Amino acid sequence: MKKGLAKLTLALMAAGAIGTSAHAASTLVYCSEGSPEGFNPSFYTSGTTFDATSKNMFNRLVEFKLGTTETEAGLAESYEVSSDGLEYTFHLRKGVKFHSTKDFKPTRDFNADDVIFTFDRQGNKEHPYHTVSGGSYEYYTGMGMDTLVKDIVRIDDYTVKFVLNQPEAPFIANLAMDFASIFSKEQADMLMKAGKPEQLDINPVGTGPFQKVQYQKDSLIRYVAFEDYWKGRAKVDRLVFSITPDASVRYAKLKAGECDVMPYPNPADLKQMESDPNINLMSQEGLNVGYLAFNTQKEPFTDVRVRQALSLATDKSAIIDAVFQGAGKAAKNPIPPTMWSYNKDIVDYPYDPVKAKKLLAEAGYPDGFDTNIWAMPVQRPYNPNARRMAEIMQEDWSKVGVKAEIVSYEWGEYLNRSKKGEHDTVLLGWTGDNGDPDNFLYVLLGCDGVGGSNRAQWCNDEFNDLLLAAKQTSDKGERTKLYEESQAVFKREAPWVTLAHSIVYEPVRKEVKGYKIDPLGGHYFYNVSK
Amino acid sequence: MFQFIFRRLSLVIPTFIGITLLTFTLIRLIPGDPIEVMAGERGVSAERHAELSAQLGFDQPLYVQYFNYVSGVLQGDLGNSLITREPVMSEFLTLFPATIELATCAAIFAIFIGLPAGIFAAVKRGTIVDHSVMTFSLTGYSMPIFWWALLLMLVFSVNLGWTPVSGRIDVVYWIDDVTGFMLIDSLLSGEEGAFGSAVSHLILPSIVLGTIPMAVIARMTRSSMLEVLSEDYIRTARAKGIAPWRVIVIHALRNALIPVITVIGLQVGILLSGAILTETVFAWPGIGKWLIESIGRRDYPVVQGGILIVACIIIVVNLLVDITYGIVNPRIRHSR
Repeated sequence: MKKGLAKLTLALMAAGAIGTSAHAASTLVYCSEGSPEGFNPSFYTSGTTFDATSKNMFNRLVEFKLGTTETEAGLAESYEVSSDGLEYTFHLRKGVKFHSTKDFKPTRDFNADDVIFTFDRQGNKEHPYHTVSGGSYEYYTGMGMDTLVKDIVRIDDYTVKFVLNQPEAPFIANLAMDFASIFSKEQADMLMKAGKPEQLDINPVGTGPFQKVQYQKDSLIRYVAFEDYWKGRAKVDRLVFSITPDASVRYAKLKAGECDVMPYPNPADLKQMESDPNINLMSQEGLNVGYLAFNTQKEPFTDVRVRQALSLATDKSAIIDAVFQGAGKAAKNPIPPTMWSYNKDIVDYPYDPVKAKKLLAEAGYPDGFDTNIWAMPVQRPYNPNARRMAEIMQEDWSKVGVKAEIVSYEWGEYLNRSKKGEHDTVLLGWTGDNGDPDNFLYVLLGCDGVGGSNRAQWCNDEFNDLLLAAKQTSDKGERTKLYEESQAVFKREAPWVTLAHSIVYEPVRKEVKGYKIDPLGGHYFYNVSK
Repeated sequence: MFQFIFRRLSLVIPTFIGITLLTFTLIRLIPGDPIEVMAGERGVSAERHAELSAQLGFDQPLYVQYFNYVSGVLQGDLGNSLITREPVMSEFLTLFPATIELATCAAIFAIFIGLPAGIFAAVKRGTIVDHSVMTFSLTGYSMPIFWWALLLMLVFSVNLGWTPVSGRIDVVYWIDDVTGFMLIDSLLSGEEGAFGSAVSHLILPSIVLGTIPMAVIARMTRSSMLEVLSEDYIRTARAKGIAPWRVIVIHALRNALIPVITVIGLQVGILLSGAILTETVFAWPGIGKWLIESIGRRDYPVVQGGILIVACIIIVVNLLVDITYGIVNPRIRHSR
C-alpha cells in the first residue's frame, strides 16, 4: 500500500512536470509484442527488452543513426583510434543529465565514471556489481568483449581510453549496441550503500529521451518525456507500451485507434492494412538472412560440387512466393543488401536442375542420395514457415534424385544439436546485431564458429583470412574490398543455399509523424509526434 | 464435523507431494534446455553453458534439485524466475488480482445468465423456449474460445466500437497499482471516467471466459429442475394452491440447486486455471498467460511454482465446497 502510494505520488509528479492535465497530454501508444525480461539491457538479447529499455531510456557512447546501420556520435562527441588499432580515446559530451526518480536525484552530470562503471561491471569479475542480479552479461561475452578489452582508462572527467588486446574494427559498432547503454554510477553507489543494489536493474535511470514511470507486468509500461534530454525534449509527452502478444489483436487495436504503432503484423493481414485509409504501412528490408547450411564436414557435402548442385536444384522464387507471400526477397549473399560492403556483382546460382544433375553425376552421385533437411519448429523473422520451406526444397531436390527427409526438434534442442553438427542440412537464419558485416560473415562462417554458430561447420582458409584481415584495419574502404572478395569465395564454395532476406513491415496510424523503421529491428520513439 | 474436516485435510499432503513431483518431472521431460532457449541463434559456448548451469543449479543430480525445490517451498520460497530473476511468488501476486477479477466477472456472468436460462427452459419444457436455450447452451459449450474471442472483438470493438479491444483500462488513465484490482484501483484514483473504462474493458473477456461455464450451468440447472419438478411434494404444493412462481423459486429451485452448486464449484477451478486463451487474446495480464509463456521459455521455477499455487487454490476451493456440503447436507458428512 505504501509503495503503491509512493508510486502514485511519482506519477502525479511526472504529470505535473508536463504542466498539462492528464487528458490534454499527447500520448503515443506502442502495442509491443511482449513484456521486457527486465530493465537492464546488458543482461538480455531480445529486441522486446531493448525496445522497452535501451532504445528509449538510455544512450550509448556511439549510436546508430536512425534508419541506417551507420554509427554517429552519442554520449561521446568524438573519438580517435591509435595507428595500431589498439587504443580508442573517447571525448565525452558535457552537460548530459540523468533522469531523476523519487529515490534518486542526480547531483552531477554524466561523466567518465559512468562509462567506466558500465563496462567494468560487465567485464571485471571483481567489480562489486558484477554478480548483482545473477550477473550474466550475454551480449558482452557474446560479442567477445571480455577477451577483447584489456583496460579502460580514465584520462580526465570527460575523456576515457579503451585499450584492446588486438585490433578489432567492429569494436565501434559493438559500442552502439544495447548492452553498452550507459548507467549512472552515482545511482549505483547510492543503491549499494542502501544495501539494495538489485534495484539498479529494476528501476535504473538513463540519459535517454524517455523516463520510466510505471511497469505493470504483462500489461503496460508508462514513460514520460525527459525534460532535460540533451538532444532536446521528445515530441510526445507520454509514451505507453501496451503489451499485446497476439498479432491479430494488435491489428484490431491499431484499427480501433487503441495503439499508434505496432510491430510484427501477420503476413496475411498486410493486404488489408495497405488498403486501410487510417493506416500507413511502412516497410523496409530487414537486416537478416535465412539460409540452408550444408554440413560441410559430412559426406557427401564435403564435395563442393554436391553443394553447388543442390544450390542449382533449389527454386528460390517458388519459396519466396509460397513462404514469404511477398514479404521477402531472394538472397544471393550471406549479408543483406542494406549492409555496407554488400557485393552487388555476385551472380547467384540459377534454378537449373539439368546442370545440377550433371554436377551430381560428376561428383559420383548420378542417382542422387538420401539426406535430411532440418526445419525449425518456430517462426522467425527470416523464415516465417520453415516446415513449408523444407517441403518445397524436398520436392525440388527429388527432381535431381536426392531424397530428403524432413526433421524437426523442439527449438532449444534444434539449436543445440545443429551446433554440434548432427544434421546433414539445416534451415536457420540470422538477424544482425550491430550492422557490421563481421557480425554476419565472421560469426556465421568464420573458423571460430565451427561447433557453434557456424552451422555449415565450414572452415575455409581463404575466406577466413580475408575476414581476419578486415578485422585488423579500421579503414572502411579497405574493409569493404575485403568483404566483397570474401563474398565471392563464399558463393563459389557454396556452404549455404542463401535463401531470403525478409521485409519488415510496420503499420502505423496515419496521424503518427516522424516514425522511422530501424534496420536493426529496434523501435525508437524520440522523433515521433502525433 | 471436526473429524470430517481433518480427514479431508489429511488428503492434502499426498496431493501436494504428487503435484510437486509431477510438475518437477514433467517440465523436465519436455525436451529443450532453458539456457539454449535463452541464447537463441547466437548460442552460448560450452564453458558458458556449464557456468550458467552451475549458477542455476542444473548441474546437480535431479533428486538433489527436487529436494532443494521442495525444501524451498516448505520455507515459502518458490525460487526466482530464470528470465526476469524476480521471485516467483512476487510475480504471482502481481498477476493474480487480474485473474481473480476476470474470473469473478465471468462467474457472475455465467451464473446470472445460466441459472435463469436453465430454470426457464425447465419450466417451459418442450417448447420453443426450451429448445432455443438448449441449442444456445450447446453452441456455447462447444465454442472454440480463441475464435469466439476474436469474433466478438471484431464485431463489438473494431466494427461497432462499443467496447475496447484489449487491456484493462484506457491508456489515458494513469492508474496506480494499489490493490491490483483495476475496478478498485480506478475508483481509488478518483479520475473521472476511469471506473467506467475499467468496466468496459472487462465486458468482452468476461463474456468469453464465462461462455462455457454459463452453458454448463444452464444445462445442469435445467436437468436438475426437471427432476425436482416431477417430485410429489411439488405436486402437493401446487395442489395446495401456492403461487406458481413460489413453487418454482422456493420449493423446486432450492432443492435443485445442490448439484448446480457442485458444478459451479468445479467451474471456479476452470475459471482460474482455464483462462489461458482468454487472457492471451485480450492481452489480460493474468497467471494463465504467464504460465504458458514460462513453459515456452522453459522457465522451470515459474512453471513449478505457478502450477503449485494454482493447484493449492483449487484444493482449498474444493475443500471449502466439500465442507459446505457437509453443513448443507448431513448425509454427506456421515456417509464418508
